[in-house]
Amino acid sequence: MAIATNGGREVVIEARGVEVGFGDRLVLKGADLDVYRGEILGFVGGSGAGKSVLMRTIIGLIKKRAGTIKVFGSDLDQLRDDERRAIERRWGVLFQQGALFSSLTVMENLQFTVRENLKLPQRLMDELAVAKLEMVGLDASVCRKFPSELSGGMTKRVALARALALDPEIVFLDEPTSGLDPIGAGDFDELIATLQRTLGLTVYMVTHDLDSLHTVCDRIAVLVDGKVIAAGTMETMLKSEHPWLKEYFRGKRARAAIGARAEPPPRGA
Amino acid sequence: MKNGQFLRENLQGDRLALTGAGAWTAVDARALEVQIERLERTYPSISNVTVDMSPVERLDTFGAWLLERLVRAFETRGGKVEITGLKEDYRSLIDEMHAVKLDDLNRRRGGTSFTYALSSIGENIVSVGHSFVAIVNMFGALVSALLRVFTRPLSFRMTSLVHQLDMVAWRAVPIVLLITFLIGCIIAQQGLFHFRKFGADVYVVDMVGILVLRELGVLIVCIMVAGRSGSAYTAELGSMKMREEIDALQTMGFDPIEVLVLPRILALIIGVPILTFIGSMAALYGGGLVCWLYGGIAPDIFLSRLKDSIALNTFEVGMIKAPFMALVIGVVACVEGLAVKGSAESLGRQTTASVVEAIFLVIVMDGLFAIFFASIGM
Repeated sequence: MAIATNGGREVVIEARGVEVGFGDRLVLKGADLDVYRGEILGFVGGSGAGKSVLMRTIIGLIKKRAGTIKVFGSDLDQLRDDERRAIERRWGVLFQQGALFSSLTVMENLQFTVRENLKLPQRLMDELAVAKLEMVGLDASVCRKFPSELSGGMTKRVALARALALDPEIVFLDEPTSGLDPIGAGDFDELIATLQRTLGLTVYMVTHDLDSLHTVCDRIAVLVDGKVIAAGTMETMLKSEHPWLKEYFRGKRARAAIGARAEPPPRGA
Repeated sequence: MKNGQFLRENLQGDRLALTGAGAWTAVDARALEVQIERLERTYPSISNVTVDMSPVERLDTFGAWLLERLVRAFETRGGKVEITGLKEDYRSLIDEMHAVKLDDLNRRRGGTSFTYALSSIGENIVSVGHSFVAIVNMFGALVSALLRVFTRPLSFRMTSLVHQLDMVAWRAVPIVLLITFLIGCIIAQQGLFHFRKFGADVYVVDMVGILVLRELGVLIVCIMVAGRSGSAYTAELGSMKMREEIDALQTMGFDPIEVLVLPRILALIIGVPILTFIGSMAALYGGGLVCWLYGGIAPDIFLSRLKDSIALNTFEVGMIKAPFMALVIGVVACVEGLAVKGSAESLGRQTTASVVEAIFLVIVMDGLFAIFFASIGM
């Protein structure tokens, strides 16, 4: 299986002509998308436009009606079950509400996939769980708490730590900053950027947060009317004359977001 | 020089030179850990260690943590570990691991299994006490809500009451009819089978009549209602509690007891006696049918015998109990529902507790009523 490259960059997710519908309503009408290794891709679109649908289709939670999705160069439809599971172990998903298992402690949540996939001694798993917690800015004191005892921001962080439990190559984030206050959201963006650098992750981020798009995203893809109408850097988005893009990136709220950031901080490599 | 798969070691005097190899990733974490632990044991007194990481192809959190563990193992013995040849990409990962503190992890709860057993007995007794207090508390809240509704009758949730009546009474009719009918049939058949041996067939009518009207009708219906509606109440209120809907009600100035609990419990108090009546009739019908078809007691004989054997108070005893049992089922279900915490597991636990507690209390109440009616001669 050849791994597609584009201008020397490896394409880790390649979606072509993806169609997804519910009943007689077609949500995705042939969406095309490339995600390159090591980038943070921000995926935007109107509410209900199907941003999360495309993400959930890629990770296999929703069946598509047509099109192909290749991850790490292999077509997900052609894979045997065990090959598919091997690919699934190479990605982690952060769901919008965290989706932590409510009957397990934070520690058990973090160790769940590790325990199932690798036969590691308990001590090593414990230490790694603490290490992951510290990487997302928490500490060992939350280990024995249950998800219901965590605040919104902590839940997101623990969920992110769980998504990173197996050291995945791709992380899917579904609206990671929704429900966080601006400071918490800013910290979370910072955290994602740091982790991306530290672990060399590819990040696929569904978001509405213009600040996130400005600060951490390398590239932005836009979903309008069931198609990806544009993909590129923030500068390309700002220059575009497409009415939806103009409204989204240069509308009132967007101007406020840019205005507040007179000098966008440069992102380290 | 000995070779491990991931670490080659070379002892030069008091200096241990280690050279990494291969990919230090999650898949091989276990093998790597074994090697590192062996190194710690083999060289307990070495104080000067260098690790050359340049041949390591890949490093993830698992590998980085194990490297950090190696460093810590030698440093706690007063040694010094120097890491060289690390790829720049991995530098921040190593720093991240270096900052990890494990103090909290090692602080575990102490205690033996004996003290654990004692403490869990104690906790259980305390929780029984708590649930008793909660039930009494709920009674009080109900009465005060009821009084408030009496002073402002318009504030009563009539729609909610009708909806709950539909759910707990009307929709329960078919299943209650079916089950009580079958119970009536079974009692009559068993009675006939055994009474026939000493020619007392006709007393089966007395037994069916008294048993069904005094005890079984109301008990079967209450057990059905506890399982069907009590669990539904607990689950509804519990998930509303989980989603903070009850908090929302409270902040809008509504009393959750008045809005949610009162209509539900009133619906049960109205519905259960009706169901008890319907159930008792179905059981008598089933008993009569079996007496006719299986025991050869014609329906007119059954009816006249039934008229002789039961009095109005037999029927009253059953019907008087029904609303009290309904109250207990409703209160227990609502108390358990409001005790749900944030997790899905807690919702399941409270729903189970609600049904078990309600059935237990219904049977205890039935016993108390039996003593009461016996002493007043009913």
